[in-house]
Parts: sequence; C-alpha cells; structure tokens
Amino acid sequence: MRLGFSAGDEAFRAEAADWLADQMSGEFRDIKDVLGLTVMAERRKEWEQQLGRHRWSCIGWPSKWGGRDATLEQQVIFAEEYARSGAPGRVGHMGIELAGPTILAFGTEEQKARFLPGIASGEVLWCQGYSEPNAGSDLASVRTRARVDEATGEWVVDGQKIWTSLAQICDWIFVVTRSEEGSKGPKGLTFLLMPIDQPGITIRPIRQINGDAEFNETFFDGARTAAENLVSTPGNGWQVAMGLLAFERGVSTLGQQMGFRHELDAIIAAAKANGSASNPLIRQRIAKAEIGLRLMRYGALRVLSNTDHARPDGAALTYKLQWATWRRNLGELAMDVLGQAGEVTAGPDYDFPMLPSLFLSSRADTIYGGTNQIQRNIVAERALGLPREPRGNA
Amino acid sequence: MQFAFTEEQAMIAETARAFFAGNATSERTRRAMEGDGIDRDLWASFCTELGLAGIAVPEAHGGSGLGLVEFATIAEAAGAQVAALPLLGLAMPARAIAAGGSEAQKREWLPKLASGEVIAAPGGSHDQRVGDGKLTGTVDFVPHGGIADMFVLASPEGAWIVRADAPGLAIERPVTMDQTRPLARVTLTDTPGDPLPDWQAGLEAARAGGWICVAAEALGGAQATLDRTVGYAQERVQFGRPIGSFQAYKHRLADMMVEIEQARSAVYWAACAVDEDSAEAPLALHSAKSFAADTYCRCAGDMIQLHGGIGFTWEHDAHLFFKRARAIRSMLGDSDWHREQVANIIGLGEAA
Ligand SMILES: Cc1cc2nc3c(=O)[nH]c(=O)nc-3n(C[C@H](O)[C@H](O)[C@H](O)COP(=O)(O)OP(=O)(O)OC[C@H]3O[C@@H](n4cnc5c(N)ncnc54)[C@H](O)[C@@H]3O)c2cc1C
Repeated sequence: MRLGFSAGDEAFRAEAADWLADQMSGEFRDIKDVLGLTVMAERRKEWEQQLGRHRWSCIGWPSKWGGRDATLEQQVIFAEEYARSGAPGRVGHMGIELAGPTILAFGTEEQKARFLPGIASGEVLWCQGYSEPNAGSDLASVRTRARVDEATGEWVVDGQKIWTSLAQICDWIFVVTRSEEGSKGPKGLTFLLMPIDQPGITIRPIRQINGDAEFNETFFDGARTAAENLVSTPGNGWQVAMGLLAFERGVSTLGQQMGFRHELDAIIAAAKANGSASNPLIRQRIAKAEIGLRLMRYGALRVLSNTDHARPDGAALTYKLQWATWRRNLGELAMDVLGQAGEVTAGPDYDFPMLPSLFLSSRADTIYGGTNQIQRNIVAERALGLPREPRGNA
Repeated sequence: MQFAFTEEQAMIAETARAFFAGNATSERTRRAMEGDGIDRDLWASFCTELGLAGIAVPEAHGGSGLGLVEFATIAEAAGAQVAALPLLGLAMPARAIAAGGSEAQKREWLPKLASGEVIAAPGGSHDQRVGDGKLTGTVDFVPHGGIADMFVLASPEGAWIVRADAPGLAIERPVTMDQTRPLARVTLTDTPGDPLPDWQAGLEAARAGGWICVAAEALGGAQATLDRTVGYAQERVQFGRPIGSFQAYKHRLADMMVEIEQARSAVYWAACAVDEDSAEAPLALHSAKSFAADTYCRCAGDMIQLHGGIGFTWEHDAHLFFKRARAIRSMLGDSDWHREQVANIIGLGEAA
C-alpha cells in the first residue's frame, strides 16, 4: 500500500498544472471559476476545443482516438489539477464520460473512427436521452419508439425525452428507444446515436429551481438517423445503456471532488469572515465535511487501485450515494454559515453567488444519475445480495 | 500510488481473519468476560502460533518491524470478533518504548512484549506528581489494566514505564460496560517509574498506534455487524417474505455499507500516512478515529434494531459489538474532540 505518487507522475502533475495555470491566467481567464454549465456557452465550447487541441481532453483514451493512453494515476492527477486550476465544468462531459466510453466498449471500428476523435477534440458535444416523462427511475419503461424505414434503411424515432441536460448546446444525442412493438421492460430496447440539428427534433428548455435552464424537453417527431448509428444490435439497448463500468465513475468523481474542494474552501472562508467559524457546532460540521471530502478521495483511489476491473469492487457502487449526500449536506451547511445573508442577491436578477447556488443546485445531486433510493437498492441488491425489489405487472 | 494491499499485506490480513474467526469465538469471548476480560489461551496462540504480537516491534528487538497498515489488518480482524485481547498494549506501550525509550529500556521490554511474555497497558492522566523519580496520582480507565504486568503512563510532563508490582501501586477493577476490555484504575503513591528519554516521540507513536488500533477494530466490528445482519435478513421471514426484501430494511443496510466503505478508506489512509511519514498524518488520524468510531456505533445500533427482540438479548452477540463500539467512541479522545482537532488543522481558528 502506497499513497505517494512516483517522480514521473509528479512531473506529469507539474506539466498539467503549468499548462492549466497558463490557460486560466491567459487566453481563457474569462471563464475561470464560472458556475453553471450554460453560462458563457460559446466560450465553454472554445475551451473544450482548446483542451482537445492540446490532447488534454480524454487523456485515458487510446492515442489513436485523440487520447494519451494515460495511466489511471495520470488521470487522477489531471482531474485533481484541472479542478485546482479553477478551470470551468466541462460542457463536453456527457460525450467524454458517457457516449465515448460506450462507443469504445460497444461500438464498431467505424463508429469509433467516426465519433471518438470529434469527442476528444471538443468539436462535437453530446447529450443523454434516457429519461422520459413516464420513465425516470424506471428507465426500462421508455416508450420513445424507433423503427427502420425500409426504403432508406434509416432509423425513424418518435416520442419524447425529458430532463435532457445541455441539449440546447449539443450536436448529438444518444437515446434509448423501444424498437420492438409490444415489448416490455429492458427487452426490445435499442441504443441509437442521433444528430440533434434536424427537423424531426425540437428542444424546449425547462427552467429549474435555481432559475437556470440547463435541462430540456426533447421531442422526436419522425427524427432520423442513419442505419450505421445503431450501437450493438437492435433489442440490446439496455445492455448498452447499463454497460458503463463502475470504475469510470471513480475517475470522474475525482475531478468532481476538486470542484467540491473549491466549494468547501468558500464555506470555510465565509465562516471565518462572518465569525461563525468560532461556533463549535459549525466547526463540527465543517470538520465533518472536510473528513467526508478526504474520504471520497481515498475511496476513489482505493477503487482505482483495484486492478481487477472486470469485477468492480462493491465499494464502487457506494460512490454515488456518498458524494451526492455529502454535497447536499454541504449546501445546507453553506446556508447555515451564511445566515440571512444567503437569502438575498446583490443585483436585480435571480442570480445568486456560489454558496446559495450550491444550496439550490445540490438538490439535484441526489436525483440525477439514479436517485438516492435507487442507489440504495443497487447497493443492497448488487453489493449485499439482498432480494430484489418486487416489480408490478403494469 | 497503489491504495491496495500488497500480496504480503493481503496474506497477513487473511491469516489474521482466519485466526480470529476460528479462535475468538463467541463462547470464548464470553468466558473471558466472566473472568478478568482476557482470553489467555487466545493471547498465547496469537503471540506464539501466529507470531503477530511483534508486529509493532522493530526486528532488532524480536519483532517483525512491520508498519501500521499491517497492524490495522490485525486489529480489524480482532475487532470483527470483539476478541478479548490486550492489543492496545502493543499498539501503545510497545510503540512508545520503540520510539522514545532508551536502548536499555528497549532491550529489556520489547522482546518480552513481542513474545507475549509481558502484557502492557497504556494510561494517561493530568494530575501525576513527580519527585525523585517517583510518581503519585491516579490514572483512570486503563484498558486491560487489571491484568497488565507493566504500564506506560503519560502526563503532560513525561512518560514512564511502571511495573505492576512496583511499591505503592494499587489497582481497582470496576465492572466495565464493555467486558471484553475492562478499564482499571491505577493509583500510585511514591511509586518508582522509569522515564522515557524521548517521551514526546514515544507519546506521538503511542497515540498514532492507539488511534489506528481502535479505528481498525471499529472497522472490523462494523463490517461484522453488517455481514451478520445481512445474513439474518435473508433467513428471517415475516409477512411471507424475507425481511431483507423490505425496502426500509435494505436501505438501512445499504447506508451501513456506505459508511463502512468510508471508514475503510479512513483507517488505511491514516495507517498509510503514518507509515509514509506524510504531512497529512495528523488529519488522517483524527479523521479515522472519529469516523470509524461513529460508523461502528451507528452500525452496531442498527444491528440491534434490525434483529428485533433477539437483538436485545444477552444471548445474542449484538450487544458485544454495541458495547465495544460505545467504548471505542469514548476512549482516546471522543469524536467531537477529534473533529475539533480537524477544525484546527484546517485553519478555522479559535473556538468560541
Ligand atoms: C439536474 C438534472 C439533470 C438531468 N439530466 C438528465 C439528462 O441529461 N438525461 C437524462 O436522460 N436524464 C436526466 N435527468 C433525469 C434523472 O435521471 C431523473 O430525474 C431521475 O432518474 C429520476 O427520475 P424521475 O425524475 O422520473 O423521478 P421518479 O422516478 O418519478 O422518482 C420520484 C421519487 O420516487 C422515488 N422512487 C422511484 N422509484 C423508486 C423505487 N423503486 N424505490 C424507492 N423509491 C423510488 C425516487 O427516488 C424519487 O424520490 C436529470 C435530472 C436532473 C434533476
């Protein structure tokens, strides 16, 4: 067991940190520390491309697809340095963390050649079309239909998705559709890649609790995609949708955690500034938050150190619950530290600074990507082997 | 970076697990509880057959010279069975002597501690008076103090080796809630003590060892409460279903697992940070002791609740875990105290 990094890895850390510092103090100074994924969207897209040009976008990918063949250690280091630099949240993350790895795992060589370089270069942004108005936690009950147009061989899609994050700024969407009439549950689903900018797709932003509109309703009305944009085989969409390995989450949470570090540091600074840092109860909660953050880092390192990636450790299944709950608590702590000062904005818009925004936005953490309840089912059933939830017949 | 056991560490962990699971049975622990709180046969085979008592002792003095990571795996395995063993004597006095003792003290005591021939107990107090190399005062809550052959006693001014048969030393043995680690009161009246020359280093080593020891015991114990409750959840049927199929029940087990996995990260982070002499070690130690102790308390409490009436009986083992968990939370600094240290380390300034 060894926690320290090798000299070579530390050199890599310095290289990444220097490059990021240059960017954040130079050409991309204007987007350092910006919050919210839709803020300054055009500049954010340019930033994705800048990362891509310098091969810092998907460093763990094979170099032939635009990556660097980086080791897990290097990915950890880059994630940490990225967040430390104050570089903004990645608007490309659904391509990088979801679409890309899915295509790497299930796609054909042609699909890899066609899609991966665009993701790695930051030129093509992706969004995720899973949820529907009546298929949220119960994702397997999706109804959006897909059929093959016999004349052209294209897939034709009708239906509606909801809560599609960033659809308004993305180029492609991956969707789970029902392709076998009368099929139920996870059977008969098909996983398709679709260009968004087409007459068959309409996007309507939905305003959120924090006033932003990151997510959208996405309507499909005779929307089309070419035959070769099917991933895996028709009817195998559920396996594709569920196929992302647990350890991928470990690497991405490391990046997230450094963002969390930033938020916790802001709370500590606020507590010192307004005197609440001397309140023993607040001190206890801040100390708890600090400990929780450290334990997430070491938990992620533990999962990444498990060399048997074919059989991810049960511990990996506990992450989503861990970080989501931690951050929701952090949002509450932020408001308790701020007191009434957290209730008002400086300007006329519904535009709160970082900490009150954290309080509002963190309510989503325990919902998206599987709610806390669903995550508990997953931990109990898959990691602890308890009996499965009984399912209705509807 | 490789935050996973080496092959050798995994082997020690597995050996320890099998040893304690096979030998530190509920019956034997209960027999020890009715006596003086130690399973002497278990201690003898732990020291001789297993040869693991020397784990905290340098090789030059008859030990195996391994680190706290290895020590933690053993304490974890012992904790999983709530074994009635004076492990803290190895974690604290042995490490204190190794780090802060004179050559003569090391030569005299370490081989005997490594072989199990001598049992040590740690103690600390603020009201020790020292004069002429003699100690006067009371040291409370000395773990396994009733059966120890020697003590390492610390105060804010120093640390001393004191023999149990030294003149002027009296031991009281109150009944302790956790009978697997009884707490004794040691009273000294002009009792000779042999001071550790580098007592600060000794104290620091003893603290790190003690915190890791109880945090690792807590981890092992918490995991055992989860494993046993999962087993019960599969076999106990109510309303025509195994109780583990009820969501309110299984979600609680899932929450236990989430906590335990964090406690595991905490314990090994701390052990590793001390072994690597990392600047993070103090933060890691306070995190580990507070987090693991709280996790154990919560899990052991849940174990009782999730077993229903049987969980409240003396016959069932749940109370062994519950009481050990509570004792760990109070000893060597409670969870609030450790978090207050974290608050200081991260620069929150003075408390009100
Ligand atoms: C900010 C944000 C961004 C999102 N981005 C995307 C995106 O880009 N693409 C996408 O496809 N989706 C996205 N989602 C959707 C998200 O995945 C769903 O909201 C989530 O899966 C929950 O589904 P639901 O909203 O339909 O709630 P429901 O499934 O209706 O759940 C309602 C409540 O019932 C509980 N519940 C449901 N089933 C069970 C059960 N079996 N046991 C116990 N409790 C249960 C839930 O935990 C919840 O508390 C996003 C959501 C948010 C908030």
